[in-house]
Amino acid sequence: MPATWIVLLVLALAVTGYVLGRSRALKSAGGDSRNLHSLPRYYGAHVLLMTLVPALGALALWVILQPLIVDNAISAGLPDSAIPEASTRGLVMSDVRRVADGLDLAVSEGTISAEDAASLRPEFNNIRDRLGEVGVALGSDVSAPVLKAAQEYRRASSTASLLMTITVLAIALLGFGYALSRTNGEFRARNVVESGIKALLVAAASIAILTTLGIVLSLIFNTLEFFKLYPAWDFFFGTTWSPSFGGGSELGILPLLWGTFYISLIALAVAVPIGLFSAVYLSEYAPRRIRSIAKPLLEVLAGIPTIVYGLFALLTVGPLLLKVFGDGGLDWMQAGTAVMTAGLVMGIMLIPFVSSLSDDIINAVPQAMRDGSYGLGATKSETVRQVILPAALPGIVGAILLAASRAIGETMIVVLGAGAAARLSMNPFDAMTTVTAKIVSQLTGDADFASPEALVAFALGMTLFVITLGLNVFALYIVRKYREQYE
Amino acid sequence: MTDASLPEPRHARSLRDVDARTNRRNRAEARFRAYGIAAVSIGLVFLVVLLGAILINGVGAFQQTFVNVPVYLDPAKLDKNGERNIEDIKKVSTFGYNPLVENALLETVQASGADTELDSAAEMKKLLSASAAAQIRDTVIANPELIGQTVEFRLLAASRVDGYLKGRVKREDVTRDKNIDVAHLDLTDKLHDAGVITKGFNLAFITGADASESRPEQAGLGVSMLGSFFMMLVVLGLSLPIGVAASIYLEEFAPQNRFTDLIEVNISNLAAVPSIVFGILGLAAFIQFAHLPQSAPLVGGLTLTLMTLPTIVISTRASLKSVPPSIRDAALGVGASKMQAVFHHVLPMAMPGILTGTIIGLAQALGETAPLLLIGMVGYIATNAPDGLASGFLDPNSAMPAQIFEWAKRADPAYYERAWGGIIILLVFLMTMNIIAIILRRRFERRW
Repeated sequence: MPATWIVLLVLALAVTGYVLGRSRALKSAGGDSRNLHSLPRYYGAHVLLMTLVPALGALALWVILQPLIVDNAISAGLPDSAIPEASTRGLVMSDVRRVADGLDLAVSEGTISAEDAASLRPEFNNIRDRLGEVGVALGSDVSAPVLKAAQEYRRASSTASLLMTITVLAIALLGFGYALSRTNGEFRARNVVESGIKALLVAAASIAILTTLGIVLSLIFNTLEFFKLYPAWDFFFGTTWSPSFGGGSELGILPLLWGTFYISLIALAVAVPIGLFSAVYLSEYAPRRIRSIAKPLLEVLAGIPTIVYGLFALLTVGPLLLKVFGDGGLDWMQAGTAVMTAGLVMGIMLIPFVSSLSDDIINAVPQAMRDGSYGLGATKSETVRQVILPAALPGIVGAILLAASRAIGETMIVVLGAGAAARLSMNPFDAMTTVTAKIVSQLTGDADFASPEALVAFALGMTLFVITLGLNVFALYIVRKYREQYE
Repeated sequence: MTDASLPEPRHARSLRDVDARTNRRNRAEARFRAYGIAAVSIGLVFLVVLLGAILINGVGAFQQTFVNVPVYLDPAKLDKNGERNIEDIKKVSTFGYNPLVENALLETVQASGADTELDSAAEMKKLLSASAAAQIRDTVIANPELIGQTVEFRLLAASRVDGYLKGRVKREDVTRDKNIDVAHLDLTDKLHDAGVITKGFNLAFITGADASESRPEQAGLGVSMLGSFFMMLVVLGLSLPIGVAASIYLEEFAPQNRFTDLIEVNISNLAAVPSIVFGILGLAAFIQFAHLPQSAPLVGGLTLTLMTLPTIVISTRASLKSVPPSIRDAALGVGASKMQAVFHHVLPMAMPGILTGTIIGLAQALGETAPLLLIGMVGYIATNAPDGLASGFLDPNSAMPAQIFEWAKRADPAYYERAWGGIIILLVFLMTMNIIAIILRRRFERRW
């Protein structure tokens, strides 16, 4: 039975439970809800929760774990002889899964009968062609062990699905029965329901921890896998980046880090002065009307998706720069995609980020400090430069660090605007590439993570995560510390 | 003390004549102010240039050149048995339709009186999109009774012809182009004057599917829009309840302890994790580990949910915090439990703020591209609109920003126009969402 049906059945049971629980409680109180401990609907909700939550929890767990367990069992059953040279168990298993899925599809479309699918033998039937008919393309002919494993896979999966249906429905029924049997006028339904809801709230809040855990685990495991295939020293200190899926790649991160750093530097060189001066002007000088128009308009820049900036870099800024610095002009630039292109556009993107953060921080400087400075005869600009900015400096540094972390993690602008060549060069008009851009190019459309060329993306991701996390934690620490100073 | 030790009295001056130092300070003041104005203006100029570039480059995508041709649907070719059996008609492939198209085009050109150097109908057919035959075939299969009649078709023009009429393709560019000659452009001009070739609103761009690399004139955003829609359903359906539940716990129930601190630190850090890292997580957790189908909107939605959650939690907590404690105290005072006070009183009052935050979070998720690249929502052609809910969530599809990225990577400049046009549509969606959020905030926000 597919999971949707199970969910619907459990839901129906739960709704019935609500009605039954409510009426049973009322009946036990002689129809007068004043004799109940809780409002009647809490008795209903109690049965509903007891039916729904454990059953759906079990279902979710089962759905996640089943493929893993079945996979492991089948994979262990594969004889070593079934794995061709230059292939791995994982690759063969993905073949097995594909054949099994293909057989499922063929059965559901009626081109192969269910008995046939379970007893097909590769010597007599051309599986590849028959699966091709239903739109499952296989790379090579199906070998006997693979077909056998696929058939076992199907058998195990269908047994497991049957078991799952039975287990989940049993859990739902048990919960239903237990909750209903407890329902009487004395039962403190509200307290139980409320602690149940609270548990759900805690579970929801824990998802943040699970997400972080997921990020860290998926990065660490794949990174370790990568370092088994490629020496960590060469990765961190190699100065050449030239992946080739045929093997013999050189995967040094330094050129990528340099590109990331250079582009971020240019972006900050654009965004920090403009953003900071805008913030100072808008918070200290601008009349209320101008502020109320200019501030939201600047913030529109922050709401524009990065793909738009990427396209802007690729198709507008790049060609424009090429016209000035390229062949016809100063001849410093070979192509439209360059560090400068990506850096400039990223700077535009970061302006509102810097300006609104600095704006908040400048506004948090106590008015008394301004008044004191004016009282001594300082002009506005002197006050800003000698009183406000020094007082706000830690916060502004924090804001800049946050912007830097955004710049380092930015992907679309560099994928479209910075070029693809990894090189260590000082010329800002050269094409360079970044950590994020290489993550994209190493992983796009890849499903099998067996080669160091694909796995390196996880090591890059780990590096990126550590750098941005470090910057963020440091920046938040500075900002918080600064805020406390004036509170 | 004697008078002699007193400093000489300073030379009294009028306050009106300003000394050099004050002048300098005033100039510095004016300069500083000018820097500020300049910075704001530069920012605004960037905004205007950006929006201008989008508009100028993108409007073209909403216009499309069509060739109006009456085509005689020859029964001898399309239905040899003459039984109007739909299976027989389906057997005729698009190749079978090509002669019909060529004849029709030839006749139309002759009827319009345009003289041309192009001698064969096959040459003239380069004016039409490669999809022309398929377009006619689809119509015939949908309405078999049309066979034997002459039907007026509005066929897509080739992308070069389209580009020429829009000014993107110049005469001097086509000399090295193997798809089209100057003679074609001459004929285009004449047919345009004769009203055979017309420009019209390009509905197919908004509703249609992506097309292969060589047929930019046929590409549309419709299917990937559906992909985005299903992704947003997942994001909304998961991140709103989970986000609100998490915020209620943290804001109303959580005790001050290590566990709560851990959650809070996690949320504030997740909000600043680069989006591509969420893509890696989605790839590893949902595809590598849980074996969910690649490129499916479900996976995209799950990944974006994890990304959007911190945004929603932060804004929901802010709006829960803005409900004054007196409301809670009053509810508790009349005997409500803590849970009832929160769900019956605090939550409804915080709802406008929560919805605003959710809409803004959704708008962010809608425009996000980087994580989608990693879970495989690019790199293939999204031609089939999903039929039904399950296929909408599980079948491979693209998403609006991923489709735009895909177009930007293709070599034909005609696709750049589509990419800009796609951005206009994307921005219209984002703008609508943000305006709804602003209206919600203005209309329902209460100040206590």
